[in-house]
Amino acid sequence: MLFYGEELRSRLMLGTAQYDSPSILADAVREGNPGLVTVSLRREAAGAMAGQAFWELIKAFGIPVLPNTAGCHTVKEAVTTAHMAREVFDTDWVKLEVIGQGDLLQPDVFALVEAARILTEDGFKVFPYTTEDLVVAERLLRAGCEVLMPWGAPIGSGRGLNNLFGLRAMRGHFPGIPMVVDAGIGRPSHAVAAFELGFDAILINTAVAKAGDPVTMARAFRLACEIGLDAFAADPMPERDMAVPSTPTLGKAMLDA
Amino acid sequence: MSNAVPEVLVLGAGVSGLVTAVTLAERGARITLREIGPKVGSGASWFAGGMLAPWCEAESAPAEVTRDSIMSVGWWAQHVPDVTRHGTLVLAPPRDTPELSRFGRKTSHFEVIGGQQIAALEPDLEDRFDKALFFAGEAHVDPRRALPALRERLQSLGGKIIFSASREGGETDFDWRIDCTGIAARSSLGNLRGVRGEMLLLRCRDVTLRRPVRMLHPRIPVYIVPRAEGIFMVGATMMESDDTGAITVRSMTDLLNAVYTLHPAFADAEIVEAGVGLRPSFPDNIPRVVRDGRTVHVNGMYRHGFLLSPARAEEVKNIIFDR
Repeated sequence: MLFYGEELRSRLMLGTAQYDSPSILADAVREGNPGLVTVSLRREAAGAMAGQAFWELIKAFGIPVLPNTAGCHTVKEAVTTAHMAREVFDTDWVKLEVIGQGDLLQPDVFALVEAARILTEDGFKVFPYTTEDLVVAERLLRAGCEVLMPWGAPIGSGRGLNNLFGLRAMRGHFPGIPMVVDAGIGRPSHAVAAFELGFDAILINTAVAKAGDPVTMARAFRLACEIGLDAFAADPMPERDMAVPSTPTLGKAMLDA
Repeated sequence: MSNAVPEVLVLGAGVSGLVTAVTLAERGARITLREIGPKVGSGASWFAGGMLAPWCEAESAPAEVTRDSIMSVGWWAQHVPDVTRHGTLVLAPPRDTPELSRFGRKTSHFEVIGGQQIAALEPDLEDRFDKALFFAGEAHVDPRRALPALRERLQSLGGKIIFSASREGGETDFDWRIDCTGIAARSSLGNLRGVRGEMLLLRCRDVTLRRPVRMLHPRIPVYIVPRAEGIFMVGATMMESDDTGAITVRSMTDLLNAVYTLHPAFADAEIVEAGVGLRPSFPDNIPRVVRDGRTVHVNGMYRHGFLLSPARAEEVKNIIFDR
């Protein structure tokens, strides 16, 4: 699966916020082996290049960087932040996040579609953080997005895949479109479930950064991604309503009789 | 040289410079302290919470920080007049109580207490919270009293202090040069970065607290430290940024929401001051002593300046007195 024409070295996308130190983040990146790392750019810091020291640490990982527009609430903020990110990280990839609701940090899907259209026209390759709504997803594709990133559950909630039916429907509805479960994943088992539904990648941050041992948790997620990808590729057996013995009963010695 | 009195130049009159200077002077070194600013605490130290919380800090700091900082409570109690040893109270708003369990799993030396015990410790918080963690062995100081007290202590030990010093010059004729200049030393310490912190000072006559209160929140953890005369220090944001511009509306809103959650009477508090400082930090966020010939750096204090300066000053003492 290619993301805007690029093969990633792994299907784990890892956020870089909230770690207890940059050293722990670096260790988590080493153990988690993410295909890319996301970085949030605070506008005031970006304007003055005041986050430079931290950005240099991120760049030193030698992994593709996906800057995000976390914390933006309007089209204008998101577009401005994306442009700053393009300069700072020298990439036209951007994870587009436009928050519409403060408590659940739900995406404002109307502003999201509009910002996606503007940024695509400006030459950006947009990774939109959206809900599992099919109509919004359709609009995002029409606006020029070639990747979809529905939430599993609200950002930082760790609740896993809140709407399994909706995510399965979305996956089925857009075959061939790279799809990432972004937000809400709290445990490696959630990640496995996302891949088993046919999603192509997961994006996590809090689940690793705020684990008791972030480095071990990063490794657990690396393994979960491998397990989930293999499990989906291997075409799991269907669930059945009756037991089916794995050993045929016919011809079996009746030792108990 | 071990027989002679070492002549030591200390650069920077923040918490690490003052603690190091006093520690060395007490051991018999002849100290000259140079500070570019006009007074003690011209940098990040002035905006610190002053919490001496070795066990609470284990929530986000490695075991080394807790281990090295346990001695700091006693050190400060010996060196400055008003160290308050009433412990730390850790609370969470009702819907965020899972954060208390998480905090408890990462820390030690606390007891879990209920509403009645919370009210016994802090009468003004009666009926507001059902559960808290109480770290009885912790303490706090007011940096704006503690740093001047260290200055006086240093002077009484014969130390010479030069304020508003020029950046260069006057550095010959010393056996040792101890650089405690925080973020200003980044040109000589390549991996030093600034972590921006914003804080508020409020004056509130309607609420009395006897100890620092930490309000846990998944997004915006905040602490509130009581000081004399109805002043409360509220802090502090943490941002990967070297920006020293004024506090943002978002940060101030977050800090104020947290104090309002603690007690609605804070709504009528005066906002006395909003401060911004850069915490000098190494990539692992652990304060360190770095020796380079006759120069010794004490830096990367991050959010542990008051907590770890005494232990790091001991390390400097051992280098200089060749133990």
